Amino acid sequence: MPLPDLTEKWSGSIHTVKIGATPEEGGTRAYSIEVGGETGLPFLNFEGETPHRPVVAMEVLDIEPPEWPAALLEPFGEAVKNPVDWARKCVEEFGADLICLKLQGIHPDFGDASPQAAAETAQAVKEAVDVPLIVWGCDDDEKDNAVLPVVSQALAGERALLGTVKEDNYKTLTACCLADGHNLIAESPLDINIAKQVNILVSDMGFPPERIVMYPTTGGLGYGIEYAYSIHERGRLAALSGDVMMAMPIICLIGAEAWRAKEAKAEDEEVPQWGPQGERGPMWETITATLLLQGGADILVMRHPKAVAAVRQYIEALTQ
Amino acid sequence: MLIIGERINGMFKNVREAIQSKDKGAIQDLARRQVEAGASMLDVNVGPASDQPQEAMVWLVETIQEAVDVPLSLDSANLDVVRVGLEAREGRKSLINSTTGHQEKLDQYFPLAKEYNASLIGLTIDESGVPSTVDGRVEIAMKILAAALEHEFPLEELYIDPIVLPVNVAQDQCPHILQALSQFQILSDPPPHTVVGLSNVSQRCQERSLINRTYLVMCMAHGLDAAIVDPLDKNLMDAMITAELLLNKNIYCDSFLEAYRKSMAAG
Repeated sequence: MPLPDLTEKWSGSIHTVKIGATPEEGGTRAYSIEVGGETGLPFLNFEGETPHRPVVAMEVLDIEPPEWPAALLEPFGEAVKNPVDWARKCVEEFGADLICLKLQGIHPDFGDASPQAAAETAQAVKEAVDVPLIVWGCDDDEKDNAVLPVVSQALAGERALLGTVKEDNYKTLTACCLADGHNLIAESPLDINIAKQVNILVSDMGFPPERIVMYPTTGGLGYGIEYAYSIHERGRLAALSGDVMMAMPIICLIGAEAWRAKEAKAEDEEVPQWGPQGERGPMWETITATLLLQGGADILVMRHPKAVAAVRQYIEALTQ
Repeated sequence: MLIIGERINGMFKNVREAIQSKDKGAIQDLARRQVEAGASMLDVNVGPASDQPQEAMVWLVETIQEAVDVPLSLDSANLDVVRVGLEAREGRKSLINSTTGHQEKLDQYFPLAKEYNASLIGLTIDESGVPSTVDGRVEIAMKILAAALEHEFPLEELYIDPIVLPVNVAQDQCPHILQALSQFQILSDPPPHTVVGLSNVSQRCQERSLINRTYLVMCMAHGLDAAIVDPLDKNLMDAMITAELLLNKNIYCDSFLEAYRKSMAAG
């Protein structure tokens, strides 16, 4: 008796989003990166294709990180004092596919940097490295709306990925990204219905769905990761079944979430029985990443070089 | 939900006239409008009054496929009319609408559908007519399924039609058809596709649109996954989209109607 064919056949696919513009395309990046395009669930290559492997962006702050533990700061040394040096180190030493510039310093509580200063930082990072760029606001809507348009303009033509837009704050940044040729991150608070709604609101403004990346919020290992995972996966299943408003690649803030967990951030003297933080923290970040890759993550924003290396190896092994 | 647009039917005066005067524009406009409204397949029926049904079918098929790229449901009780339609499709996807449960018809239509790589609708009617009971419908459905297996016809290409009857003629049949749809679900794994010619339920009734959309939603709740309907009836399409939502087939968002239509437009 022949074995029945139990492979899933999907009718939909994930949009392919292209980040970064080379000189031929009007930008200054050494290469562009495509994410998405999957026609099946992650790494199930007998059911569908993963034409573009998931990528790792390394997170660089525009200010010296105010709350990062020593074990996380250590690999970067003095570079964390300057986003240009930091970005360069991530690319040259740690092999980051992209740089994610987090504009923490524009937040009213963390220095309240001006739009012009933020744009100058973005410009300097752009000149220091030639990988595709992600720029992430400070999650203060008012400040983001003042700063991100200026940053968007400073990076015009680079086809960067800018974020985030939310259900109740999307018009300003969407209009800028549309005008300056960037991609957009659509954020939702661990809520699949809102995730879909934001995508619709943004595309209703004439923004092409193939330029949207979803940030459905990330949960760290031990802190709601299963909830995040199930939302990512449910969205992915819907997209593969033909729901084009869920067919956006997913970006995850792996580093930020993993290093919020006490298992990662507790210092050695606090919990000596847990092993050295220099191993424990990266491990926590690695596992957070590998788990969410299985749920369909396309862009991982990460922090610790050891975790970055481990996750890249994992992706290689699963996509070769 | 597979929506099959019903409007290109010689039963309608405008279509009959277009066939007679060879007015391509009128047919193509109707084809485009139905697809834009959400039909992912179009039914093509030359109508009962046509003197040269084969010629009319070929003309309709060629005219429609010049304008839209969706599968066509070739709707005729006459096998020769269906065959010339399939031939005119030149390899594009078709649905044969339809065979009945008569054994000699099953033995003709399954090989025909296989030859042209077409899907097939099987009506639950046989030598003794339209059954008046749920069991009678299920019995004929089983006979059709058995014939499909016998002819090695892929079950995912088969649609069972329990035959919707007008509510003002056979009101007692309306709930029977719902029960039959439910029972079809357990005939095979995965269950066979099911389809209804929806508008029949409201023949010669007032409030046709209301009756149609209400019955469509009820049928969907009993497992229906395809229907021949008027996609230009926006209320009906809204009800269908909402029913899919409530059956957990699509992810909710506040703009779910628009989201569904965007996905439909993207194919």
